[in-house]
Amino acid sequence: MSKITSLADLKKRREELQKGLDIRNKANEPESFVQVKVAMATCGIASGAKPVMEFFLEQLERRNIPAIVTQTGCMGYCFAEPTIEVTLPGQEPVVFGYVDLKRADQVIEKYIKTGELIDGIIPVNYETIDSKK
Amino acid sequence: MSKYSMHILVCGGTGCHSAESDTIVCNLRDELESRGLVDKVQVILTGCFGFCEKGPIVKIMPDNTFYVQVKPEDAADIVQEHIVKGRKVARLLYQDPKSKEIIGDSKHMGFFKKQLRIVLRNCGFINPENIDEYIAKDGYMALGKVLTEMTPDEVIKEIKDSGQRGRGGAGFPTGLKWELARKNKSDQKFVVCNADEGDPGAFMDRSVLEGDPHSVLEAMAICGYSIGASKGLIYVRAEYPMAIHRLKIAIAQAHEYGLLGKNIMGTDFSFDITLRFGAGAFVCGEETALIHSMEGLRGEPTIKPPFPAESGFLGKPTNVNNVETLAAIPIIILKGAKWYSSIGTEKSKGTKVFALAGKINNVGLIEVPMGITLREIIFEIGGGIRNGKKFKAVQTGGPSGGCLTEKHLDIPIDFDNLIAAGSMMGSGGMIVMDEDNCMVSVAKYFLGFTVEESCGKCAPCRVGNKRLHELLNQITEGKAKPGDIERLRNMSLVIKDTSLCGLGQTSPNPVLSTLDNFMDEYVAHVENKKCPSSECKSLMSYIINKENCIGCTACARACPVNAISGERKEVHYIDQSICIKCGTCKEKCKFDAIYIE
Repeated sequence: MSKITSLADLKKRREELQKGLDIRNKANEPESFVQVKVAMATCGIASGAKPVMEFFLEQLERRNIPAIVTQTGCMGYCFAEPTIEVTLPGQEPVVFGYVDLKRADQVIEKYIKTGELIDGIIPVNYETIDSKK
Repeated sequence: MSKYSMHILVCGGTGCHSAESDTIVCNLRDELESRGLVDKVQVILTGCFGFCEKGPIVKIMPDNTFYVQVKPEDAADIVQEHIVKGRKVARLLYQDPKSKEIIGDSKHMGFFKKQLRIVLRNCGFINPENIDEYIAKDGYMALGKVLTEMTPDEVIKEIKDSGQRGRGGAGFPTGLKWELARKNKSDQKFVVCNADEGDPGAFMDRSVLEGDPHSVLEAMAICGYSIGASKGLIYVRAEYPMAIHRLKIAIAQAHEYGLLGKNIMGTDFSFDITLRFGAGAFVCGEETALIHSMEGLRGEPTIKPPFPAESGFLGKPTNVNNVETLAAIPIIILKGAKWYSSIGTEKSKGTKVFALAGKINNVGLIEVPMGITLREIIFEIGGGIRNGKKFKAVQTGGPSGGCLTEKHLDIPIDFDNLIAAGSMMGSGGMIVMDEDNCMVSVAKYFLGFTVEESCGKCAPCRVGNKRLHELLNQITEGKAKPGDIERLRNMSLVIKDTSLCGLGQTSPNPVLSTLDNFMDEYVAHVENKKCPSSECKSLMSYIINKENCIGCTACARACPVNAISGERKEVHYIDQSICIKCGTCKEKCKFDAIYIE
């Protein structure tokens, strides 16, 4: 690596390097980012969840949307695989079913960018032990 | 270009390293490789997380999962379950000892909740062997800022305004120290980093050097610019091989990037850092002794003045700062004096790193704002006393400090309050004692340490501590005479008043503070020849209860010195003149027939 010759140079270098730590920085305050969870159990992967996850990882960054993309186990909506759960900062999570690459693109463009709901939302039909107190 | 979607952080501090954390890293990489995930998941060896009690630690980002006590063979499960299938490996998650609740996220752990990490900001977060990660966390920005936007006097004013006090033990204001070194004119000055950490139970400096070495290098360069020095030396003990290894890497990387060496960042300022190894003498933590040791002389202190700021290394003005003090400097410059001084108490600003050790559940390294109470540290962050025993005392300040008891639990901890309570901050070791600890033995242990470490230059420390230790020995062996307690106190006060350096001036502190807080235990030892905590072996005897003994011979067979005699099915007898009080017989007896008197 070449020498750092000025403060401006150091700042530029920092900008470039910060991307490498993105995942760790965001993990400290997940609430303040868009969180996308992709169901990646056997059935999800079989119906194409892997390319969907990669699509989100790649496209969210390309479209400059700070987000955390993680994988989870089976969500139970086997009829609607691949399924994803999207949580916008300060909002309740929303589950989308039948997410192929085209729908993934819609999720980013419509729901994540503008908050507009699109077809294929799976309503919450269960209670969690956290909400049952 | 490959893009990582997950990071696995593995603790590479000395504690976790000795529990095979490097094998964990290898196994994780092998597992990822066999599944074709190497370019998706990055494995990073970091510095200490602080939660040494449950090491080795593995943390998965971005979902913030915190795995504890991971073994090399667990790598397969972590990759197979967590990485591939997205299911947390429940058996490796942390379980709260009180609520028995399983906690997956470090943010919800009691240990981390009350902490504020300034000095340890990068420990356990970045790879200490990669300067790029440090730069990504604003590394060397503070140095860039002072070199291009601030005059040396402005830097010193900023540090003075921040109210930071030296973390090595004495609590001398850092800014004032720098100002004194700046005022003394000389062709050459030196910046010295004191990494001769010697208190039993304290390991914060080691962890900073292992986890975030660049922060210390950056701070030394800032100090060099402020006082007008172009050379820096780090005096680190040779027993810290990993710290030395990472420092060497860090210095080489900083040179490669032009962040150390000639004309740093295109300015006129040049600064170089070299390492000096200490042989592990406690007294070399005292700055004059440290300087002599670096010069190749005997590690003995000399009378101050002259202070090192006037005449230090090779007779030149020298500024000596502790590792923890330096590690906070870059962040003070970046965030400002006002921000730093808003944390802490009136006269002690910022945070302090404490090393928790002894009979406490969460042994480890913590960083908390000044002004926190002992109760919060011990019972909330530390998770309380081991095995549900009762808290008795905590020794702060290592062998130079004193013990604090139940009645001190609620005072806000800072430099002055600790001194007022009869102890001191020291370097931040906290050794917790429970009801089973004999406080006379505790004082004897710490004094034994200083007797061993006394350099022998001045008589009060060399002879006085030795005699003091003998007196304590007699007390714990039941050979004390009436008046010995008074003699103990008088001798302690004389040693304190007449010793040459800080080592001798503070060595009787553990004796004095246990005398103040636990006089009843001393009286019991001297007058009744009893140790209330049953720790002093000479003052107790194992006795067989004739009614319970059925003559099974289990104890006699287990006794390593054949002190127990008796026929089968008859009551046994322990010969006290042979018994070494190891306690094996009591452990072996199934009939509760052996008791301690």
